[in-house]
Amino acid sequence: MTRLFISNARIVDPASRMDAIGGVLIENGFIAEIGAKAKAPAGVETIDASGKTLIPGLVDMRVVIGEPGAEHKETLKSAGRAAAAGGVTTMVVMPDTDPVIDDVSLVDFIKRRGEARAGVRVLPSAALTKHLDGEQMTEIGLLSEAGAVLFSNGSRPIVDSRVLRRALSYSSAFGALIAHRPEDPCLARGGVAHESALAARMGLAGIPAAAEYIFAERDCALAEITGGRLLLDMISAARTLDPIRRAKAAGVKVHASVGIHHLTLNELELNDYRTFAKFSPPLRSEDDRQALIAGLRDGVIDVVVSGHDPRPPEEKRLPFDEAAFGASALETLLPALLSLHHGEDVPLMDLIAAVTSRPAEILGLPQGRLAVGAPADMVLLDLDAPFKFDAETMLSKCKNSPFDGRLMQGRVTRTIVGGATVFSH
Amino acid sequence: MPKPSGSTQGDATLAPAVVRHRHLLSIDDLTRFEAEALIARAETFIPLVEGRAKKKTDTLRGRTLINLFFENSTRTQSSFELAGKRMGADVVNMSVKSSSVAKGETLMDTAATLNAMAPDLLVVRHGASGAARLLARKVDCSVINAGDGTHEHPTQALLDALTIKRALGRVEGLTVAICGDVLHSRVARSNVRLLSLLGANVRLIAPPTLLPAGVHDWGAEVFTSMKDGLPGADVVMMLRIQLERMQGGFVPSQREFFWFYGLDAEKLALTGRQTLVMHPGPMNRGVEIDSAVADDKAVSLIERQVRMGVALRMAVLEALAAHASNEGVDQ
Repeated sequence: MTRLFISNARIVDPASRMDAIGGVLIENGFIAEIGAKAKAPAGVETIDASGKTLIPGLVDMRVVIGEPGAEHKETLKSAGRAAAAGGVTTMVVMPDTDPVIDDVSLVDFIKRRGEARAGVRVLPSAALTKHLDGEQMTEIGLLSEAGAVLFSNGSRPIVDSRVLRRALSYSSAFGALIAHRPEDPCLARGGVAHESALAARMGLAGIPAAAEYIFAERDCALAEITGGRLLLDMISAARTLDPIRRAKAAGVKVHASVGIHHLTLNELELNDYRTFAKFSPPLRSEDDRQALIAGLRDGVIDVVVSGHDPRPPEEKRLPFDEAAFGASALETLLPALLSLHHGEDVPLMDLIAAVTSRPAEILGLPQGRLAVGAPADMVLLDLDAPFKFDAETMLSKCKNSPFDGRLMQGRVTRTIVGGATVFSH
Repeated sequence: MPKPSGSTQGDATLAPAVVRHRHLLSIDDLTRFEAEALIARAETFIPLVEGRAKKKTDTLRGRTLINLFFENSTRTQSSFELAGKRMGADVVNMSVKSSSVAKGETLMDTAATLNAMAPDLLVVRHGASGAARLLARKVDCSVINAGDGTHEHPTQALLDALTIKRALGRVEGLTVAICGDVLHSRVARSNVRLLSLLGANVRLIAPPTLLPAGVHDWGAEVFTSMKDGLPGADVVMMLRIQLERMQGGFVPSQREFFWFYGLDAEKLALTGRQTLVMHPGPMNRGVEIDSAVADDKAVSLIERQVRMGVALRMAVLEALAAHASNEGVDQ
């Protein structure tokens, strides 16, 4: 029996709303005891976590990997190392690879490959439509049985409302979760930045907030008439919160996620045409960002994701119009999130919930909480430790981070997956 | 009072069933009493269709039956033809290829033409819901709906009820699970109405994409998985699903449909009891039903349904031919 005891930690567990000094006993990969009264049995290896904070391992619901098809950007192995360093112990990997994950055998491939190489837990998502073409739904039942935890069309929204309606309807028989990026591609076409006075002044083509909230309205309506489970994936605009709030109040099975960059950065990052701040959806106004934070606090937004999207220099060091969207983000998710605690007074418990217990609950996972019987996935961190983030130190194959050179606070000192330490600093 | 055209000797089943309506367009045209009378009358024809008695009667001698089929059908058309001929009617088969243009007009023109031939009974199948009703308004004879679009197929439901009654002795109180493409099925719509009318507990099992809007108000229990819907079923009635519906529009693929909604021995065992299997035909083997189940004489009523079809249609033709309006008496 392998055992490990962590003592004197400040345990912050959103699922049980626990915030107390105590210990955790890990036995064979699961939590055997936890709390102020937990004591180390004689002879058990003990880590003294005095001054450290212990939280559940992060569950990141949106990670783009280059495997299969673009291994030069990221592999399950390199992403796994980056995740461990960032305190992410479970990552849901997106299906927009090459080939697209739209077949049972490919879901199986990702599962096996993840288990063998990633070090952290890898959960495959599957394409919602065949080849992501937005026309024919995939084998949602068989793919669910094979282990796909959600269905997504990646960053290609479904234009044909009837296709999305049927997918939401069909998936309800299996309780499957549909993650959909609400963005009208016709309104967003050619856009590279939030449509605003600033983008106009810079000569950048805009992506209007309406592209998002129009589709969000539609998607919520479809979830309502079908009874399907919908996750609005990576919302960015203040007005998008309205249909979600209304749908939730009406009992519609709608969830929403927000990318870490949209919670912590705004369109001003585009100054100097910094392509590392080019995102899809785009970084929006400060008002939007404040609304997203409020949405997170009042529960309209359920989940925060890294939106990890590694891009090599040849895709980013280009004129703004030509550069790729996205950032490598597994390693900065937690410190960036903690900046809202340190700098903007968002309760720590709410922030941690959005990356642990809430995604776990939506996905129906046993992890994401610190409780007896739960998998021993956890993160020890030095909550207040300041550091200057240097993108060159990133473990991800791509080091395109908008946080490069930024002062951050809150450092992962140890990451544990199933009782085994996969990262320590 | 309609004049019975057969001899009466006290036993109700020896006389044609009596129906109020001149046409049979929907199960809604029938009361429970009428439906039961048709089924009881059909039972008396069974020895005849099974070759255990003289194969013909002359009840419909001198009557003209026109089979007007705008959609291809082997079994329904020949079933009506045989039913008519066994009762001595003159049967004319007209297969009209549905033209994509001006369907309504074609139908009305055809109706006028046929009416001029003064038939007594007109059996019609058409790809458009409501076509039989439209025709019924334009002709002077009885119209029998042999399937209109995704609306109804009343004689199929009646023959299914007859089949169940012959196999299990009753319909009332039985649990019948109807599975598959409910959305596009006229057989399902007629069966839900009729079997409910006759006191059966009807269940519908289908993927949510193949359930019509408002299905929860049909009076049947609705399920989206076989595991939930099959336990306790006395009869499982499988519906035909068209192959083009399983290419990602309504259902992702054939193999997924079969895996979750196709009837094989394993799923049949979910009922937890001796359960009989029905299918209106034609079957897609390996898609909605496994051959091992379809061909298992111990559980499959599929062949028997075809035989019952002729007897049931004889009873329907006879009842409508005996209807007052067809006997030269004002309604």
